[in-house]
Formats: sequence, structure tokens, C-alpha cells
Amino acid sequence: MTAALFAEQLLNGIQLGVMLFLIASGLTLVFGIMNFINLAHGSLYMAGGFVAAIVYRYTGSFALAVLVAVPAAAAIGVVMERLVLRRFYGRGHLDQVLVTFALILIMNEGTRMIFGPAPLLIGLPAMLSGSVEILPGVGYPIFRLTILLAGLLVAGLLYLIIMKTRLGMWVRAGASNRPMASAMGVNVPVIFSLLFAVGAALAGLAGIMAGPILSVQVGMGEPILILALVVTVIGGIGSIRGAFIAAVMVGVVDTFGRVLLTPALGSMAIFILMAAILTFRPKGLFPVHG
Amino acid sequence: MKRHVLTAAATLMLTGAAMAQEPIKIGFLSTFSGPSAQLGQELLDGFKLGLEQNGNKLGGRPVELIQADDQAKPDVARQHTDKMLERDKIHILTGINFSNVMLAVAKPALDAGTFVYSINAGPSQYAGSQCHPYYFNVSFQNDTAPEAMGLYLQNKGIKRMYLMAPNYPAGKDFLAGFKRFYKGEIVGEVYTTFGQLDYAADIAQLRAANPQGVFFFYPGGMGINFVKQYNQAGLSKTVPLYGPSFSLDQTVLPAIGDAALGSFASAFWTETTDNPQSKKFVADFEAKYGRLPSPNAANAFDGVRLLDAALTSIGGKIEDKAAFRKALENVKFTSLRGNFKFNKNHYPVQDFYLTEITKDAKGRPIMTVREKIDSNHEDAYVKDCKMAAN
Repeated sequence: MTAALFAEQLLNGIQLGVMLFLIASGLTLVFGIMNFINLAHGSLYMAGGFVAAIVYRYTGSFALAVLVAVPAAAAIGVVMERLVLRRFYGRGHLDQVLVTFALILIMNEGTRMIFGPAPLLIGLPAMLSGSVEILPGVGYPIFRLTILLAGLLVAGLLYLIIMKTRLGMWVRAGASNRPMASAMGVNVPVIFSLLFAVGAALAGLAGIMAGPILSVQVGMGEPILILALVVTVIGGIGSIRGAFIAAVMVGVVDTFGRVLLTPALGSMAIFILMAAILTFRPKGLFPVHG
Repeated sequence: MKRHVLTAAATLMLTGAAMAQEPIKIGFLSTFSGPSAQLGQELLDGFKLGLEQNGNKLGGRPVELIQADDQAKPDVARQHTDKMLERDKIHILTGINFSNVMLAVAKPALDAGTFVYSINAGPSQYAGSQCHPYYFNVSFQNDTAPEAMGLYLQNKGIKRMYLMAPNYPAGKDFLAGFKRFYKGEIVGEVYTTFGQLDYAADIAQLRAANPQGVFFFYPGGMGINFVKQYNQAGLSKTVPLYGPSFSLDQTVLPAIGDAALGSFASAFWTETTDNPQSKKFVADFEAKYGRLPSPNAANAFDGVRLLDAALTSIGGKIEDKAAFRKALENVKFTSLRGNFKFNKNHYPVQDFYLTEITKDAKGRPIMTVREKIDSNHEDAYVKDCKMAAN
């Protein structure tokens, strides 16, 4: 492997990691802070992709698709939370897994009934399609650089909000000790609704950003959900910083695993990484709960 | 006494007439849910359009279609098949889109004396040593489309090829089929994880190997992801993509969009195939369903026309299995594909074409026929088939 190829693959790994972070950040917020396992997070990702594809079909504008689809995913998330999930906060994880798994099935078949089984198209504006030369002779797709940028931006924003604002302080307080935070006057239900909306919006954004490189189709949320769960568990449940570092690790390990190992081993690389990390850090890299 | 004979004769004739009017029962087992639901829908839409244009009759008898969703799972498919065989007493089992599902359900159906009539799945087992008098495939044998592409690139003198497919049995079969006729240098043969989403790393390796062309087989969503990402990496202009039509047909082209333009596919039928019956089918299909048909839908439609031609030649008497088998083997019908006949192993002998992905008048990506690659192409397994007399 030449140095240029190594650099390109490293960039590929980081870019994949950042895309995983977009979806894992919402998952880890909801999981860690609300102690709620939302398997239907992948369905919100799919919702983002589908709304964006429909808006794109009728307007031909990618920017407009983003502007409509992010709030739409958040809205779907809020409806989901208000109607169903809210009733399951007090229950055990098994009940939560069951109800959110049911939601996956309902969302998938519902989407298929409304939009049909055929995959949809999200195109790109000319500005974002094509590639730029990052190293002599190596072109890199502009859109992948855009994903990288968007992911870093989201990571930075989340970091600022959670570490530097009062809202972030409440969130952190709720994450480390919910009853105590409640007793100190933090309105936990409101924080939860807000968090869920933010998580859904992030999942939707990930779905939109994935649209131009991945297929927008029924069931697109499940394969990515598994990767996001791996990221969440490695990073430490509830930790945004952990999710970011774990996502980049998973992206890089997955990329080099595929390039350097046989296909069977390569597809296992990230799970071996997870097992290795959990052996030494059973609560992940940056555990939030003591 | 005479009166009794007459009554008996009349009764016989009546039952005969009633028999002829009893429906032909067809079990349509395909994938209608999950990520592969689109394939089952294509097949069903093509099949139903064929039946509808035939007044919902085959060989003059009404048709009862019994549908079931195999969820792309062999075990689920097996349960539906058992029910169709025992309770519905179907005459024909069809619709199956996946080869692994076919391998799970064909044996119980054939053992029960039911005809298995494939309009899509074409596993090698039933083309070779396991070929069966009641098993017919009206679509293709899995290896043939990649074989045709290998043959084309070999004749064209392309020296350095790079091969990619998912790491599962059909992926290996497709690349093996390609290599059966392509003898140039293979600078890379990569099997990626089944269901892989991101191909950036593999595309970077591919670029570094500097091939003249890439032969790939990625069905469904994997193909959409791969072709879009390949195009965004800026490679499609310098290193063209070559694939079997299944990776570049109307099940995926609308979702890939312009990123597929300039790629090449080997195909037995395309939406631009130039014969009157095919043109009429494409127009009728688009009028009814609002989209262009894929080769899967065309094969399903062809399958209905072939069944009707065979059954008409024996007066609809599907109960006479030996006669029905002979009728299928010697069937005369005008295929959407033009040239078509059954081989000794009941798999098609048909022509293959090189097509290029271009835009039609409405700006939609389509497969446009460029040249004929091979006439009367037969599969590689027919030599292993010792077809039983009955």
C-alpha cells in the first residue's frame, strides 16, 4: 500500500466514522440519558431519507430537501414519543426493545405501502457532485467531504451545547443521576421530549446525508442501526464524546479491515474491536453512569 | 338400457365440460415484504398483466392465483409450499425469485407431482444433475448473463479486468460464470460483505490496481450504493462498469439516476428490445403501472404467454401431466426476447446482447442495445443433465 493510498483509505475511514457518528449521537443521547433503548432510531433515519427523496423529486433541490426533512424527522420522532414511547420509560429494557422493534416493522411496511417497494433517488446539486484532487492523482468525492464537514459541525455544536450551556448541564445531570436531577428542579419530561426530538432530527439528517451515496429504500435503517449500536456501546452509553471517538475508530477499523483482511474476517473486525474494548472497559470508553 | 347409456354419456360429457371449466391453480410464491419486496412485485405485476391480457384464462380455462410471501426466507417458503400443495392442490408452483428459496421448495413440489415453473430463479443444480421432467425455467440460468459479458470483453480484447461481487453463493457463481469465457488478466477479484453499505475503501483499492474495466454483480440496494459511489469517485468516465443486467435494470436504475450512464450490461431482454410484442408489452406495462418494466417483469409476462401456448395446444388439460410436459417442451410462442427455446434441461436457449445505459426521451436511464454478443447461448450445466423420460 502506497502512502497516498494509505492516506486516502484513512480519510475514507474517518468519513465513514463521521457518518456513523451522525446516527449514533442521537441514539446515545436517548439511550444514555433517558435509559431508553430505541431500536426504531433506524426508522427515523429512513424517514429522513424518504422525506428528502420526495422533496427532491418534486423540487429538484437538495438544499430544500435538507431543510424540510430534518424538521420532518424530528416531528415524526416527537409523535412517536408522545403516542407510544412515553408510556414505556418506566418499563424494563425488554419491553422497550419489543415495542420499538414493533415500530420498525410498522414503519417499514407502512413506508412500503405509501411509497412502494422501489428504491428512491436523491440527486446532488452540481456543486456537490464530482470529485476534487486531494493528493496528486487521487480524486475524492466532494459530497463525502461535505458529510465529513457536516459531521464535524454537528459534533462541535453538540459538544458546545452539552458542555457549555445550562440546558447541557441539565442533560448531563439527568444522565448521571435522574432522580436527583429531578429533585433539584430539572423538568425531566420536557428535557426528555426535547432530547428525543434532537435525536430524531440527527437521525433524519444522517438519513439525508446518506441518501446520495446509499440506496433510499425500505429497511435502510436496520444495517446502519447495528453499526450505530456498536458505536454507542464502544463509546460508553450516553457519552457524545465517546460516540465520536468510537465512531471514528469503527470507521477506520472497518475500512482497513476490509482492505487488509479476507472478507469473512474483515466483516468481523469491528465486532472483534468491540469485544476487545468491552473486555477491558466493560462500560465502554467514556462511561457516563458511574 | 339405451336410455341409460345416453344418460351416462351425457353425464360424462357434463363432467368433462365442468372439468374444463375448473380453474387451473397456480401457486405464486415470491418476496413481497422486506428490502427485496420490489422483485416480487415486478414479477407479480408482469404475471398479472399477462393473465389480464389473456382474459384471466390459460388454455381456455380460468386461472386461480394463490399468492404467498416467502419473506426471502427458505423456511417460510417451505411452509407456504406445503400448504399450497396439500390444501390448495396447485397444478403449478411459480413466482420464486431467489435461488436459495427455489432449492428449498422445488423438491417437495416435484415429489408431489406438481410442476415447478420458474420465471426468475435459475439455480445451477436443476440445470445439471438434478434436472427434472416437471421443472421448467423460462427466465435464465444464473451463470449465463455474466458468461455473455465475459465473452464480450474477451472478444473485445480488454486486457485488465477487476471483479467485484458480494461474498455469498450467487456472487461467486456470477464471477465464476464471467471467468468461464474471459481469459484476460484479472487484476483483482474482491468479495465484499453481503449488504455492505459503503464502498469507498474498495473503490480506492480498485483505482490503485488501475484496471481497464470493472465487472461487478451487486443486486438491489448494494448495486445502487456501489454505482452511485463509483460515479462520485470520478471513475466511471475512465474505467467503465460492466455488469449483468440484474445490476443495471429498471429495479435499480431509477434510484441510481444519471450515475449509471455509460455503464454496460449484458442482457437477454431490455426495455428497448426491438420487436412488436416487446414494444407492446413495454407500452402496456407503463400505461398500467406508471413505470418501465424490468427484465424480471418481462420474463413473468413471457411465462404466462408460454403457459397459455402450451396449455392451448393440449386443450387446457393440465391434469394430463405427460402431455403437459411434452407441450411445454415443444411449445411455439413468440417471446418478448425474440429467439427462445427450451434446452434438454428445460432451461432457455436464448440470445444475449450488449447494452449501454443511456437516457430515453423523458430523461430516464434505460438499457439501450448496442450489439448482439451471442446467439443461442446455452448454460454450462446442460451436459450434466440426464433428463428422465417421465
